[in-house]
Amino acid sequence: MSLRDRSCVTGIGETAYLRGATKSAFELQVEASLKAIADAGLTPKDIDGVIPIGIVSGTADDFIENFGLPDLRFSAQVPHGGASPAMALQAAAMAVANGVCSHVLITFGRNISAVAAGGNKAGARIHNMPQFHYVTEFEHPMGASAPAQLYAPMARRHMELYGTTVEQFGEVAVACREHALLNGNAVMKKPITLEDHRQSRMIADPFRLLDCSLESDGGAAVVVSSAERARDLRHRRVFISGVAAGHPDSPGSITQRPDMTSLGLAKAAPRAFRMAGVTPADIDVAEIYDCFTYAVIRQLEDMGFCAKGEGGPFVSGGRLRIGGALPTNTHGGLLSQAHVWGLNHVVELARQLRGDGGRAQVAGAEVGVVTGYGDMGDGALAIMRRE
Amino acid sequence: MNQAQPKPPQSPTALSRPFWEGAAAGRLMIQRCAACGKLRHYPRLLCDACYSDAVEWIEASRRGTIHSWTVAHHAFHPAFKDELPYTLVTVDLEEGVRALGRWTGEPPAIGQPVTGAFVARPDGVDLVFAPSTA
Ligand SMILES: [Zn+2]
Repeated sequence: MSLRDRSCVTGIGETAYLRGATKSAFELQVEASLKAIADAGLTPKDIDGVIPIGIVSGTADDFIENFGLPDLRFSAQVPHGGASPAMALQAAAMAVANGVCSHVLITFGRNISAVAAGGNKAGARIHNMPQFHYVTEFEHPMGASAPAQLYAPMARRHMELYGTTVEQFGEVAVACREHALLNGNAVMKKPITLEDHRQSRMIADPFRLLDCSLESDGGAAVVVSSAERARDLRHRRVFISGVAAGHPDSPGSITQRPDMTSLGLAKAAPRAFRMAGVTPADIDVAEIYDCFTYAVIRQLEDMGFCAKGEGGPFVSGGRLRIGGALPTNTHGGLLSQAHVWGLNHVVELARQLRGDGGRAQVAGAEVGVVTGYGDMGDGALAIMRRE
Repeated sequence: MNQAQPKPPQSPTALSRPFWEGAAAGRLMIQRCAACGKLRHYPRLLCDACYSDAVEWIEASRRGTIHSWTVAHHAFHPAFKDELPYTLVTVDLEEGVRALGRWTGEPPAIGQPVTGAFVARPDGVDLVFAPSTA
């Protein structure tokens, strides 16, 4: 049976996003979790499913112990980096739709400042992760260490094959920054222009500093409930109408991927749109995983908002800005709000569909999409609609 | 920094040891399925065509064309700071698999014919590509 409209995002919570947090990752995760549970109109003891995102902070057992959960019936791990939050929506939707449990807490916390202070920067971290073992053995020793360096050849090839430009990358960066400034809870607080983007220092050609997502601290959480149970909760129901996950060929090595410009999202997107019974033309607001500006362009193509290779022209002319045809990353995204593995994207889509987007509210937003993008190309998306 | 920081180590596994032993001798070794003949790289346990774990190692040509490239301007690991900027190339080898390598010469172009060689470094070897000479 289809998962369409059988579950809802009923609670959302976030900590302040910042750099140099004094709280631990688990403290941040707990703070966001308690907010999300209260936002749903539930108490911690109502939670009977937990999906901790990543393995950087609390485990399911930590939530049983700290919340005194009397009967945790479901827990899962979704070990796919930034694709994990959207993949967790899929797992949670399955669990509540089938009566395995009623309310699943999806939760994440991160204090990257503390990790980095220990000398453990991005390029040094990923080589400890099992899914990066090919990079660790064959690429990291040559100086291909960090995601920016591993993704750059994908972007370069897209530019060469399709004519995608620096300005088009800049359009994504500027849209995210503009939206972050409307948000009271964003790490980046100053406006940028296309020229600022072009002038920002080169990190891994063609990626400049302003093409790269932030390193920041914070926690985010959502509660997913069955559509039936959601009737009695605090907010207007926001349904998960379509949800799907997909993996690229050669997920562990971009170098060996037959089509370097293809992502797991290309496989997942048709499934999610079919499940939801909508097309990209129906989408009012999009929260797209933006580890790099290029990743937004590429995912728009894979979801069918435009043809492959046309993502650059598609994002031009302010289309992604609020007031444009496809307002995207209305919270500022990973590029300008905060990097909490994209769980902030899920929070923001629910907020928009409730009509609680504040100054960033997209007028009349009824249907939206959120994506996740993890490790080196794992993808997931959820299409949501308001009741 | 007055003391040179070591680069991330090259750490052969049981599965990849023939690759690294070949590299030390200047040879680019890749796996061939002993059951069906399909070539594969990076080293994997199973052939994804016939699921055999029987492997032969063959020497690849080190010739190919540029698939893509990047220039690193920021050191994500301190050992590479003194080498900035450096170029990394992804190469379509004649054998139908790819290799990542360093690059010497003018900026590369996608499709450009290249040839690789293993170049010594203090703790091992790097695969370094350069334009093919006609
Ligand atoms: Zn075989």
